[in-house]
Amino acid sequence: MGWCTGFCSMHELRIQVGPAAFRIGSRWRAPIDQLAALYYGYPMPDIPDFTVRLDAPSLLRRYVRRQVAIDGDYMLPDAVPLPYAQALLAAEMGMNLQMALGWRRHLLLHASAVERDGRALIMTGLSGSGKSTLSALLGQCGWRFMGDEFVLLDPDSGMAVPFPRLISLKNEAIAAMQAEAAEGRFGPLMQGTPKGDIRHLVPPADAIARMGEGAQPALLLFPRFGHASLVREVAPGECFMRMTQASTNYVALGEAGFVAMTRFIKSVPARAIDYESSDEAVELVERLWGRLA
Amino acid sequence: MTRDAMLLVDALRNPATTRTLDAAGWTALIAMARAEQLIGTLAHRLSDEVVPERVAAILADARINADYQHRSALWEAECAARALADYPGKVVLMKGTAYVAAGLSAGEGRHIGDLDIMVARDDLAQVEALLIEKGGWEWVKEDPYDDAYYRDHMHELPPLIHKDRDRMIDVHHTILPLTARPTPNAGGMLDLSKPLPFRGGVGGGGCRSDAVRPNKPHPNPSPKGEGLFVLSLHDRIIHCAAHLIADGDLAGGLRNLWDMHCLLGEQDDWVALKARAEHHQLWPAVHCAARLAHRLYGTDIPQSWRQDALSDALFIRRLTARDGWGHQTRKVTRLAFYIRSHWLRMPPLILARHLWTKWRKQRR
Repeated sequence: MGWCTGFCSMHELRIQVGPAAFRIGSRWRAPIDQLAALYYGYPMPDIPDFTVRLDAPSLLRRYVRRQVAIDGDYMLPDAVPLPYAQALLAAEMGMNLQMALGWRRHLLLHASAVERDGRALIMTGLSGSGKSTLSALLGQCGWRFMGDEFVLLDPDSGMAVPFPRLISLKNEAIAAMQAEAAEGRFGPLMQGTPKGDIRHLVPPADAIARMGEGAQPALLLFPRFGHASLVREVAPGECFMRMTQASTNYVALGEAGFVAMTRFIKSVPARAIDYESSDEAVELVERLWGRLA
Repeated sequence: MTRDAMLLVDALRNPATTRTLDAAGWTALIAMARAEQLIGTLAHRLSDEVVPERVAAILADARINADYQHRSALWEAECAARALADYPGKVVLMKGTAYVAAGLSAGEGRHIGDLDIMVARDDLAQVEALLIEKGGWEWVKEDPYDDAYYRDHMHELPPLIHKDRDRMIDVHHTILPLTARPTPNAGGMLDLSKPLPFRGGVGGGGCRSDAVRPNKPHPNPSPKGEGLFVLSLHDRIIHCAAHLIADGDLAGGLRNLWDMHCLLGEQDDWVALKARAEHHQLWPAVHCAARLAHRLYGTDIPQSWRQDALSDALFIRRLTARDGWGHQTRKVTRLAFYIRSHWLRMPPLILARHLWTKWRKQRR
């Protein structure tokens, strides 16, 4: 239909993050341009694993007080649309959702990771624990950044596979990273999102260039920001319980998920660390890595 | 870009049609299959085809996911059977869970969401009470109008959701809303239903939620129920056709039509099927669904069943209203079928009252 070509068509971007390939479609041109600039160095796949759609919730909201609905192959029934100014966050949430609900090739851990000497440090915790900021900081000082949101465990080899999407910095972490990374690596500041202020940061060049390269898990940390400095050993049983909760596809993978998870838990030492400043955390991580990994 | 979901229909009917697909074609096919909840079925159909490497990985994911859904669906059925162990009547599994439990081809790779069961209408109160008290299910909707509407006019109880496992169960007592014009013989369906050869397919052990809290004993560790049932071969087909043609707006219709295609392939007594459909006042729906399955999926049906009705083209237009992004298309056609679904479901007076109540609620 002729009238449809301009009216119904989607602006499109294809990007590959680690092993996962995405097609992102948008009703508006600007979000795709922003994403293309930030994901500039990433490979462009021909067949995507997932489609993410940035649609208007209604025809009206496409033009007036514009809103973006988070949509795609996999979606949540009651997802609330975001203001148009937060389209980049909508794309991020859409990509996360596809991975969380659709990815079955690896055991998916909600965790961040960095690598050194072919071995991976994996950090997991609730939102606000500082795992994302910590991985970004370590990525600036001698570690290879592997991902701030998901770590993929290969069920056959047990290797941690990187997922180095754009780093999603929140609130205080934005200023902390602005002191460390060049301004050109940052996306626009989004204020007043459901998660507070958000600014995306392009991962270091080596993180993108080596995103096909896995690493053997060597240390698991449960960081917690805002508490007096403390290190506590985490027993395998507790580790297992916390990691099954941190995995979005553990149950869906059935026996393969159980085998991958138990192998992972048995093979890495685990510590819970509390800290009050990022300098303190980096120092603590280096010390534990030297001793345990 | 592909015009509509005929791409998906072709791939399901004849997997060899995918051999000429380029990257854009595969991209559209996968998005459509996911949107129609047919990706697991497609993965099953394409299991012998040589496909691009990334497509193979996507289809492998879909198979893992279908296995997971089947495992969970059978486990839900098992939990329902345990909760209903003291209920003396028949508990009949329906739709996806039934196809998988009975090992039918319609179950291969099929997406399964809620658990659907059917019991005798007179026993609804007893079954509902057992599911809530012994099984741990609870009401989803608090709305008194919706609740009363379900109980007065529908073919099922208001949906119940399990408080730990977050899974829904629909308890049916017949296969069409009570307000619909055809009145199937629900009692006759229960009478002819067949016991399943096995129960749930899952061994002992607690519900997943119990596994997380090991000190809570299972409320019903030694089930003594008579087991679960499935509808007879012809009643399964008639239910599928009723669900597709005589109820609802054909959303997700390609999947239901694939069920129809598979179910029809497992029977060969067309005379008896027609007689049974007439007995349930559902011959027009069965005939229409069989014609559409023949037209789209190449289902083998008798020559005398094949003459097209004028409306078939409209049904096909509605069923394939999907683009390569996974968006629904053809708004006007879809709206027409939406209105039709309400028209079929309710006599004019009830419909007017229903729409009035819903409209007022929206404005509040």
